[in-house]
Amino acid sequence: MAHPEQATTSGRPTHAHPNYILIWVFLAVLTAVELSVAFLPWPKTLIILILLGMAFWKAALVGLYYMHLRFEPNRLRILAIAPLPLFAVLVCAVITEWIW
Amino acid sequence: MAHAAAMHEDVMLPPVQRAAGAGVYTEKLGMWIFLGSEVMFFTALIGTYVILRFAHPSSWKPPGQVLNIPVTAVNTFLLICSSVTMVKAFASAQDGLLQQLKLWLVATCVIGATFVGVQVYEYRHLIEKGFVPSEGLYGSTFYTMTGFHGFHVTLGVICMIFVTQKAFRGKYTQSDHRGVEVIGLYWHFVDLVWIILFTIVYLI
Repeated sequence: MAHPEQATTSGRPTHAHPNYILIWVFLAVLTAVELSVAFLPWPKTLIILILLGMAFWKAALVGLYYMHLRFEPNRLRILAIAPLPLFAVLVCAVITEWIW
Repeated sequence: MAHAAAMHEDVMLPPVQRAAGAGVYTEKLGMWIFLGSEVMFFTALIGTYVILRFAHPSSWKPPGQVLNIPVTAVNTFLLICSSVTMVKAFASAQDGLLQQLKLWLVATCVIGATFVGVQVYEYRHLIEKGFVPSEGLYGSTFYTMTGFHGFHVTLGVICMIFVTQKAFRGKYTQSDHRGVEVIGLYWHFVDLVWIILFTIVYLI
């Protein structure tokens, strides 16, 4: 296992490059599938869930492989996802405002 | 000659500084902290959009009725392509392939600028059709979200041109290409945000 500091400095990679072209193909195919699913005569809720699932899958591929979060130290990964709970807090707070 | 200059700079540059806490060099840590603030910014926009949409479903038109989805799908594909060219530029720098680094950076600049151009084209057509920012919740949320994203892409293209120019001047080497990695993180983040926005704003 690479030392964390070695693995994160600018310089020669300490891990093999992921197959970036394959990930690009995945992203393109998922986008095409999204476009197809969006116009299927299925229940709206099901379509929304599928589309959101694929969007988050694509976002995860970009974050993990193109932004190299998969190869970064855990401390940096935590820094990257730390702001996400804001989304939950914001949505919950405003939904309560809307419901009541 | 350029290679010799690059080698010289490689030797002359001070060692890359690393932050003790996160285990990454300072510029990269700074970019991640900045991206953290950007996550908060865009989650606030997306969260607000989701809530408004649930609260006022009748204000929104079905997908494809107002917005031009085929054009935007092509634009989405372009941004995905620009992400792969950007990461290939970074990989080339890591492998010491400095000629390839320049080519991939130029490709990223061109594709990024094309994305902005297509977005301007899309806006012009929407405004000609009468879909303007003052067109109720739908128009205001659409232009706010896509506009802020377009602004980020435009800034990214400007920074990318600066980085590309530095690459052509031989400022990046195999052992120090921090600028390429840092702008790459920003560029991929912009792509990531668009992936979410495309689904939420155009397809749902």
